[in-house]
Amino acid sequence: MKSSTLKFFNLFLFLISFSILQAKTIYAGKNQKIKSLTKAIEYAVAGDSIILYSGKYFEKNIVINKALTIIGKNFPVIDGEKKYEIISIKSDNVVFSGFKIKRSGYATLTDPAAIKVYNTKNITISNNIIDDSFFGIYIQYGTNCKILNNKIYAYGIEEQQIGNGIHCWKSDSLIISGNYISGHRDGIYFEFVTNSVIWRNISKKNIRYGLHFMFSHNDSYIANVFENNGAGVAVMFTNKVKMYNNYFLNNWGDAAYGLLLKEISDSYIEANYFSSNTIGIYMEGVSRTFIRKNTLDKNGWAIKIQASCIDVSMNNNNFTGNSFDVGTNGSLVLNNFNSNYWDKYEGYDLNHDKIGDVPYHPISLFSMIIEKNPPAMILFRSIMVSLLDKTERLIPSITPENLKDNTPHTRKINL
Amino acid sequence: MNKILKYVILDIIRNKIVLTYIFFLFLITLGVFNLEDNSSKGLLSTLNLVLFIVPLVSVIFSTIYIYNSSEFIELLLSQPLKRKSIWLSLFNGLSLSLVFAFIAGTGIPILIYHADITGLLLILSGAILSVIFVSISMLATVYTRDKAKGIGISILLWLYFALVFDGLVLFVTFQFADYPIEKLVLIVSSFNPVDLSRIIILLRLDDSALMGYTGAVFREYLGTGIGITVSFTVLIMWFIVPLYFSLKRFKKMDL
Amino acid sequence: MIQISDLSKNYGKLKVLENINLQFSKGDGIALIGPNGSGKTTLIKCILGMVIPRKGKILFNKKNIANNWQYRQNIGYMPQIGRYPDNMNIGQVIEMMKDIRKSVSTVFDEDLIQNFGLEKIYDKRMRTLSGGTRQKVSASLAFLFNSDVLILDEPTAGLDPVSSEILKNKIIKERNKGKLIIITSHILSELDDIINKVVYLQDGNLKFNKSISEIKESTGEGKLSKAIANIILNKSFNEQNT
Repeated sequence: MKSSTLKFFNLFLFLISFSILQAKTIYAGKNQKIKSLTKAIEYAVAGDSIILYSGKYFEKNIVINKALTIIGKNFPVIDGEKKYEIISIKSDNVVFSGFKIKRSGYATLTDPAAIKVYNTKNITISNNIIDDSFFGIYIQYGTNCKILNNKIYAYGIEEQQIGNGIHCWKSDSLIISGNYISGHRDGIYFEFVTNSVIWRNISKKNIRYGLHFMFSHNDSYIANVFENNGAGVAVMFTNKVKMYNNYFLNNWGDAAYGLLLKEISDSYIEANYFSSNTIGIYMEGVSRTFIRKNTLDKNGWAIKIQASCIDVSMNNNNFTGNSFDVGTNGSLVLNNFNSNYWDKYEGYDLNHDKIGDVPYHPISLFSMIIEKNPPAMILFRSIMVSLLDKTERLIPSITPENLKDNTPHTRKINL
Repeated sequence: MNKILKYVILDIIRNKIVLTYIFFLFLITLGVFNLEDNSSKGLLSTLNLVLFIVPLVSVIFSTIYIYNSSEFIELLLSQPLKRKSIWLSLFNGLSLSLVFAFIAGTGIPILIYHADITGLLLILSGAILSVIFVSISMLATVYTRDKAKGIGISILLWLYFALVFDGLVLFVTFQFADYPIEKLVLIVSSFNPVDLSRIIILLRLDDSALMGYTGAVFREYLGTGIGITVSFTVLIMWFIVPLYFSLKRFKKMDL
Repeated sequence: MIQISDLSKNYGKLKVLENINLQFSKGDGIALIGPNGSGKTTLIKCILGMVIPRKGKILFNKKNIANNWQYRQNIGYMPQIGRYPDNMNIGQVIEMMKDIRKSVSTVFDEDLIQNFGLEKIYDKRMRTLSGGTRQKVSASLAFLFNSDVLILDEPTAGLDPVSSEILKNKIIKERNKGKLIIITSHILSELDDIINKVVYLQDGNLKFNKSISEIKESTGEGKLSKAIANIILNKSFNEQNT
């Protein structure tokens, strides 16, 4: 009996001492013994947690080189005074959460960021507010990192003078979710990032692209909102992209796209919503790609597809209220446009199977004319042009004969 | 002059065509705004109506009216009245009636569905186009005594401004496709009041971004306050100049 | 009152009036006669400023009428074919003319309106009127403003004998007031009591301009129509001989 009690007590002591030894929580703040985050990190050992109380902290370049969980209480503010990179994460297994990080430095060579991750893995950066920084969150050579629910604001005016909101380079297995980004050069930037998910982010009013990625294979983009960005979303030199349920809205401008696809292959673009963009989807060098069940509404051109695209299947999309449905620069068409709904379709459906009996030619003569001869745009919406278009629809002679929807839906498809 | 104007307007009102015109415009504009799912689309369709129907009705109605009033004009000429005031009263009477008809028929629905600067600009353009085509028809009638010929010339003029001119512009843009002709095209277009009104309105709508570089050039010139002022000045010239020449000719005409 | 000098007019190549010189004074009753197409109506329209002459000038009360319009306050004009806005009725036309000329003379002479009984048909539309009724309207309008000069182009053509007589009496009455009256007519017999001078036009040329007493004297004919026929025959006879 006694010996068993002792054993239990020993175990208890052992457990307590172990927990103290293995992970302690360090409280830091203006009214604590440890006044700054830098000090707290110095004091901590790997596995510790640091809680920083709210207040304003002017600390230069805080390097997190231990596996720490760092949590801000009521959003302590760390101000980089436009001079320094603020947080540099150089250790694996770091959690950094709940801070308000302001005013990182500006430099074109070193690309200082509010939070930068160097060559590590298993990092979580969540629930931070990043304000007026050069780069927001910057990940290079990161693996298995999560960037969750951060709000990243900047007030850039010119492309050269501002970095990207979330910038990821040569990384793998990232999860970027629930973030809000505005006012940066590109909202989210991916280069050589693979096997990652971008989910439920909102990227608005960025100077260049809402989302910009190149050479980033096997990534998925789901349920994001890209709105009112300078040039929309650009996706280039990538294969196996999956884009589902995203919103591409209000990207108006001379060279603005809802979605720019360049040299993309084996990809899926499904159930997205493109509305009020100068060009809904612009495609160049796209191959073996499925574009299905999307809504293209009130765009200038719903689709612009260059002749370099092969084997693109556009099916079951809704085209409504667009000024031009499809524009192209060539006559060779190796793509499939069947079974969409086009609100400009004027055919008939005798057997009432809700499939039009005559094919729909989505390319208007005038869109061909301005493709070759842009100044002719001055005749846009003139009576002559509508007459020309009507005639061409009846007797196609100049527009590509085989760019057509053989089985157009006569009713809007329920998506 | 005001007295003659009064009788001209009374006469036009007695003529049921203007009332029919108001009713027709009102019905179509209402229909257009109700059919389109949003009011800017409605405005675009109304724009087509303004560019197509309004000049046609204005030019044909005024031509026929002036030929039919030759007796009235003769009667007035034997009275102590200035030729100038007779002619200007006819012009004012026709312009006021057609502008009123346009505002009642199209302006009111626009104000109901799309009361902003673009809507107002459209109303203004339609009103000015009505006046311009009254002026053009007066020039046509004063140079042809024969009624059938005069109506034919009016319809040809309308066809020219509504269709043929654009065909020529298209031809020119293709001929000089290798040169930067945006500005040239813009200047050429101001030689057609119909095109000019269309461009003014289009630049106010979202669609302008579609125009790409061309649109950027147009916006640079026409999108600004000065640009709009200049274009409306050009439009006003478009009714003053034909009116001036028709008046000059009318003063020397034998009746 | 009206002085016409060197007046020429042509429609294209067709010469309508050539070097016309005429003078009409207050109290004159002028018969402007000549065959169809001789230029009578054109001369009248020149005086009214409806036709612009190619050459020459017309003085009205010593003022050139070119580019002038006020002088027409003193003219009452009855056109050969009265044409009025179709959609108006007689009453409206008369009211309109009164309205337009109101500032000039406020005392209206409505004798003819009453004598022709136009008031009873005031609400008839102009397009429904017969030629004669139109003439009645035209005549009424010409006399309505008590003008010093009355220019009547074929006044009795199309009028029934009774109305014709009413009009004639009215003309005589006005002339007796000292007004200048210019009448064109083919029916010479009815001009007898009205006029004191005859102006004869042929192919746009003024053939003669004589007072009635002169004519009657030289031809020895008592009736004006016969006297003039006489002259015309003689003239053409003379022309054939020369």
